Amino acid sequence: MSDPWVALRTTTRARIGLGRTGDALPIKDVLEFQLAHARARDAVHTPLDTEVIARAVAPLTSVMVRSKAADRETYLRRPDLGRQLGCDIDPSGPWDAVFVIADGLSPVGVQIHAPPLLHACLDRLPGWSVAPIVIATQARVALGDEIGALLQACLCVVLIGERPGLSVATSLGVYLTYRPRIGRRDSERNCISNIHADGLSYEAAAHMLVWLMTEARHRKLTGVGLKDDRPVAAPASPERLPAPHRSG
Amino acid sequence: MTDYVSDFHGERHRFADLKDVLAKASHRRSGDELARLAAESDAQRVAARSVLADLPLAVLLNEAVVPYETDEVTRLILDSHDTAAFAAVSHLTVGGFRDWLLSYDATPERLAALAPGITPEMAAAVTKLMRNQDLISVGSRCRVVTAFRNTQGLPGHLGSRLQPNHPTDDLRGIGAATIDGLLLGCGDAVIGVNPATDSVANGIALLDMLETLRLRHDIPTQTCVLTHVTNALEIMRRGAPVDLVFQSIAGTEAANAGFGVNLAILREAQDAALSLKRGAVGNNVMYFETGQGAALSANAHHGVDQQTVEARAYAVARAFSPLLVNTVVGFIGPEYLYDGKQIIRAGLEDHFCGKLMGVPMGVDVCYTNHAEADQDDMDSLMTLLTVAGVTFLIAVPGSDDVMLNYQSASFHDILYLRSQFDRPAAPEFEAWLERMDLKDRAGRIKGPRVTRLLTDV
Repeated sequence: MSDPWVALRTTTRARIGLGRTGDALPIKDVLEFQLAHARARDAVHTPLDTEVIARAVAPLTSVMVRSKAADRETYLRRPDLGRQLGCDIDPSGPWDAVFVIADGLSPVGVQIHAPPLLHACLDRLPGWSVAPIVIATQARVALGDEIGALLQACLCVVLIGERPGLSVATSLGVYLTYRPRIGRRDSERNCISNIHADGLSYEAAAHMLVWLMTEARHRKLTGVGLKDDRPVAAPASPERLPAPHRSG
Repeated sequence: MTDYVSDFHGERHRFADLKDVLAKASHRRSGDELARLAAESDAQRVAARSVLADLPLAVLLNEAVVPYETDEVTRLILDSHDTAAFAAVSHLTVGGFRDWLLSYDATPERLAALAPGITPEMAAAVTKLMRNQDLISVGSRCRVVTAFRNTQGLPGHLGSRLQPNHPTDDLRGIGAATIDGLLLGCGDAVIGVNPATDSVANGIALLDMLETLRLRHDIPTQTCVLTHVTNALEIMRRGAPVDLVFQSIAGTEAANAGFGVNLAILREAQDAALSLKRGAVGNNVMYFETGQGAALSANAHHGVDQQTVEARAYAVARAFSPLLVNTVVGFIGPEYLYDGKQIIRAGLEDHFCGKLMGVPMGVDVCYTNHAEADQDDMDSLMTLLTVAGVTFLIAVPGSDDVMLNYQSASFHDILYLRSQFDRPAAPEFEAWLERMDLKDRAGRIKGPRVTRLLTDV
């Protein structure tokens, strides 16, 4: 008789129909799980190679900044420090937009997906004045508020690594904020998430982002007021206790 | 006004108020450090405990940590306090209470009678004077029995919530994960789905599917879609099959407002669910989730340490006679519980406080990938909790929740705990497993094979 789990596994990525030895999992499944967890942890803890990112965004100029979180452990313990600049940045501007490439909770995801997404967006933004690309480490989403304010940017676009799961460890999220300044609330931003090899493509994400940027500049806002008219519906956040910050 | 000064072993420590003593007496955790409430040194932590040990329990009734005038949770706690039940321990200090709880006098019967007299602040305070083994010892003597289509919390049993989540709420995918769990003997506490899309229409589709499955196989369990309470009310108005009403809750009025709920809406939902009369052996119709860090993440903690404010959520739960309550202990992230040690401690604290207050406490033994924790830590916590008599644990296929992106216990883990400690599921559910020929002669769940359930998806 054929294995009915083969058909059922096409309906879900969940680890269903695993074998048993006694009450325990067979060693094959144990090791597969450990590898997935190891990759997720490596995605969190491998530092962003900022030089490689800078070369990948060339010929655009870029500047490097860091938050007040001195290391990864501090970053994980103290989200407040990850939202504050820990170094100077030369004031400039005004600009139509600034792009911040931030390591977030998956520097590996940022390393892979941020440069191609950035280029896909800029190709669709002729005539926009765009600030030098900011590459930020130990950074949370709200770090973009301080950066955007210093650069007098109309819009701040933060490309940031999302919290890794076992099935996807390298997912990128994008947060768009109109008139960034310290103290902006999450409800004043728009988010595009799940940009990865099996998720949203660069082209689809860039299309959505450019639409949001154009509308935001036109309507002079981001956040809840803009969200309702998005071309692609964002799924509502699941009703589960806290989970307030995937990357933030 | 009480003076909070310690001269413990010749070193003077002064504390600002009751909240300060409670916070500084807490075992170390990242959330209290993030909130700038934690002890500044280990010696100060012990000094705070010495102040707490000498503090009369009654002080915790007289000095509210969150103001009575502006917080309905505080009003609920104080207005519903059972002074007759409290009389058994009202003469004790917090330290004396700890010693009494560990004495042979603290029998299951006496602890059950005491529960309505215990406020969350008393439970939290005594927790800070207890080692992990104390939390296990006393927790295992607290019995809280509830019922709907089966009986949860009976001594010597361990329940499990089957959590068959799917990233796009695909009905076949959720059905497949549900069958996987049932074949491994899980799901007596509830078959409970966290929907990826939180809407009334989606909730009804999921409930209809689960109801069909339950009726076809006559499964003596309850189903739940963990949607917002206002959605559940609308779903009930439309006549869909709601067994349990779910809601995330926290320990202050402001934090509950962050979840979009208050006590009145919870009461309305409980009344609506009771009116459906869907229970077979009992009428506990509510299911709540809580977790340390929830109030702080909503900036609604009022300067109260995260373990104390968490215990206050159990006072909210208690008011609605829930079938099930669980803390999602490792889910909220390392900024609240940093590593395996902190998650294990918090899991035991939450279980103990809930049980002491008379709440049917379960735990989601879990962690996220940015916490310093792994499967070995979860093995420790689930083992300790089973020894502590936890009402139920959450279980997902292969420990991997593919919708919420975190790791919980697996169906296999539940098998291990049942075998290791001889803890069967609810008796009604065990009888069903036998009827379905899912158990072997030794009473163990049979190995993987094709059954009627499996070919049914």
